[in-house]
Formats: sequence, structure tokens, C-alpha cells
Amino acid sequence: MIRIENVHKQFGALHVLNGVDLTVQKGEVLSMIGGSGSGKSTMLMCINGLEGIQQGRITVDGVEVHSKNTDLNKLRRRIGIVFQQWNAFPHLTVLENVTLAPRKVLGKSKEEAETIAIEQLSHVGLREKLSVFPSRLSGGQQQRMAIARALAMSPDYMLFDEVTSALDPQLVGEVLDTLRMLSKEGMTMIVVTHEMRFAREVSDRIAFFYKGQIHEIGKPHQLFDNPVKEETASFVRSVL
Amino acid sequence: MDYHFQWRPVLHSLPDMLWGALVTIEIAGLAMLLGTIFAVFLALGKRSGEKYLAWPADVWIETARNTPALFQIYMLYFGLGSVGLQFSSYAALLLGITFNNAGYLAETFRGGFSAVPETQTRAARSLGMGAAQTMWHIVIPQMLRAVFHAMTNQMVWSILMSSLGIIVGLTTDLTGVTQKLNVVTYRTFEYFFVAACLYYIISKTFTLSARIVAWRLFRY
Ligand SMILES: Nc1ncnc2c1ncn2[C@@H]1O[C@H](COP(=O)(O)OP(=O)(O)O)[C@@H](O)[C@H]1O
Ligand SMILES: [Mg+2]
Repeated sequence: MIRIENVHKQFGALHVLNGVDLTVQKGEVLSMIGGSGSGKSTMLMCINGLEGIQQGRITVDGVEVHSKNTDLNKLRRRIGIVFQQWNAFPHLTVLENVTLAPRKVLGKSKEEAETIAIEQLSHVGLREKLSVFPSRLSGGQQQRMAIARALAMSPDYMLFDEVTSALDPQLVGEVLDTLRMLSKEGMTMIVVTHEMRFAREVSDRIAFFYKGQIHEIGKPHQLFDNPVKEETASFVRSVL
Repeated sequence: MDYHFQWRPVLHSLPDMLWGALVTIEIAGLAMLLGTIFAVFLALGKRSGEKYLAWPADVWIETARNTPALFQIYMLYFGLGSVGLQFSSYAALLLGITFNNAGYLAETFRGGFSAVPETQTRAARSLGMGAAQTMWHIVIPQMLRAVFHAMTNQMVWSILMSSLGIIVGLTTDLTGVTQKLNVVTYRTFEYFFVAACLYYIISKTFTLSARIVAWRLFRY
């Protein structure tokens, strides 16, 4: 379970997160929507400790992320994250991209790591690309590789930050299919996305981010069809 | 006045010259290695934004790049000698070239650091890799590609600069050995022609090997 309590985050004078409260249960798929600059990416990076916070508390399965005693490298093994772009390590082949962390972080042997990697890469449809360098992959393939790389660590949680936003329209589908598959397999996921139809289809709940807070949260049909808040309604109207 | 080429004396002393060439390679290689180490610290010092680190680094880099290498070696030998810190000719040359290499390479490395985007570090850290692991497996390999060509050039420059040892009386490197032979035989053209060929061969061999290494390393 990921529990976010009254989290505040500032960049200098800029108040980006302004008291966020949110709990994500094991097995849940939660989508975050909201305008650009509303703090969604920052929120995800606070969850795995890539960003610090000024106030409040985030716990992952009871481990407090921003406590001095927390070993972040250890915590991050359990939280996979995929960014909008530039995820691939360009100097490593697809297979090496995926085996690196299992070997160096989990201490797996080369053979073990490769078995896991090949399994995950097959899962996302990249079995044929093992010895290729990322520069030879399409954007969609690079994103699927990044997903396989995160999954190779056997995380309990997966965070996705607009993973299709930088892609050509015809490549969006294949990446969303991968996310769909993961949700069916019961992965706990937080998905920041602008793909509203997709969000509606896969999410258990949807959170609308507005001015550094969760302005409204609820089941997809509630939030899309009968939003309570005016700002939610106008955002939903603008993107549908 | 005509000059009759005589190559036999040169051929006779070729083994001596080859030994000299080895010393040249040794000096250039060591100066490159030491220069690289200092350059990393200079580049980090300048990046740190700490005044007390950035300022000395700046002075080093600016001096190395904007004054003749000859003066830099001279200063180490005679300049420091006059305040009682006496280096041998070998040490003065080695440190002089190291000083020069470090200045140039520091600028190269500064560029190299910016060639690896912050997103790469973020991606690696989010997989649970530590700072050192990220540096070693992600940042340095990519940085190396960005600086490899400039480093190759610097090594060649380092080989050629080592001929300046003659001004502080070094007699064991290729130029030193050649000059010693020249003084006793007066076959100036022949000796220096052969020495030039040897410098050419050393530099070219190095450049070509570096190209092969780059081709093997940077296939992406
Ligand atoms: N490292 C940073 N330093 C300063 N400001 C930042 C930084 N990262 C994000 N911001 C600012 O924080 C705000 C929220 O950004 P972000 O979390 O990326 O929003 P979203 O993902 O919802 O578009 C933006 O105004 C952005 O400019
Ligand atoms: Mg964002």
C-alpha cells in the first residue's frame, strides 16, 4: 500500500504540491490526470524518493520514503518507474539495458539476469531485439523496453509518467496494450496519462490534480460523467 | 656548398634512438595518465561552483591553455629551481606536460559531463542503482565516448610536446638522444629526419589503435 499524507513540496518559492492525500491499495490501478504543471510528475518522483518533500509523509508498505533511516536504493527495487522519454541507456543493448540492474542491484548472475530479461522482453514483444542498441528501436519499442527493464526487478508497484506523450500517434497503442496487460495481471499501478479513454478503461480510480492537490478522486464513470467540482468538469470537457 | 647525405651512422645508432623513443612514449603516456586524473578534479572543481575550488582550477586551466608549453616546462625546472625546489629534467618535463594536458582535458571533461543528460542518472537511480554504480555503469561510459576523440588528440600532442625536454637538458628521450648524436656527428639532417619519422610512426600508430578501440567500444 502506498500512503501519501498531507504532502507539501516546494521548488524555491514555487509551491508544487500543496497538501496531497492519497492511498493506493495493493492491486489497484490509479490514474492521475490534470493540466500540465499541476504537479503530477513531481508527485511520482516523491513516491520513490527521487525528490524530497518539505512536509507530510509518504509510506510504501509501511516504510517511510523520506525518513533518514530509509535505504532508498533498497526501496526503489520495489517501485518501478517509467518516464515520458529518454529512458533507454544508449550505450547498452536491449538485453544489457534490462539485465544491468538485476545484476548490479540484486546481485543476480549473468545467466539468471538474462533468463529474467528475456522473459520480460518477450512479454512486451521485444524477444527479437535483444542484441540491438536502443537507437535502432522506435519510440514505442524503447518505452516497452523501459517497462521490461523496470519489471525485471520484480517490483510491487509500477509508476508511469505520461509514457505515451512523446510517441507518434501510431505507436501509442502498443504501449497502452502493454499497460493493459499489466493491469490484468494485477500489478499495482499509478498511471499519469492524457489518454482519457484508456484511463477510463483500465483504472479502478481516477485522481484529478489541480494546483498541487488532488482536487477530486473517484471511479472513472463518476469523475468523467458526474464530476462534483467545476474545475474537474471543465478539465474533462477540455480533453474529451 | 653541397651536403652529402650519409645514412650509415644513423642506421648504426638506430637502436639508441629506439630506446629514446621508448622513453618518449613513457613520458607522454605517464603525463596523459596523470593529466587525466588532475583534469577530472579540475573539471569537478569548476563545476562545483565553490569559489575556493573553482578559482584555482580556473587559473590552472587558463594558464595551461594560454601560455606556451615551453614556458610551463621552463617554469617548473628553473622557476621552482630558483626557490629551492629542484626537479630533474625528466620530472620537470613530465610535470610540465601533465600540467598542460590537465588544463586542456579539464575543458574537454566539462563538456563531457554535460553530454550525459540528467535523465540518465534519474533512470539509473530509480532502478535502485547507487550513486557510484550509476557513475561507473551509466555516466562514465557515455562521457568517454564524448571525450574520446579529444583525448586521442591530446595524447598525440603530449608525444610531440615531450620533445621540449631538450630545453631543460633531457638527453634520454628521442629528441635528447638525437641531439646528443647530432652534436658528435654533425649529421643534423639525417638524424632529425629519422627522429621525425619515428615521431610520426609513434603518433600514427597511436591514433590508428585508438580508432580501432573506439570502433570496438562505441558501436551504438
Ligand atoms: N526540478 C525543478 N525545479 C524547479 N521547478 C520544477 C522542477 N520540477 C518541476 N518544477 C515545476 O513544478 C511544477 C510542476 O511540475 P510537474 O510535476 O512536472 O507537473 P506535471 O507533471 O503535472 O506537468 C511546474 O511548474 C514545474 O515547472
Ligand atoms: Mg509531467
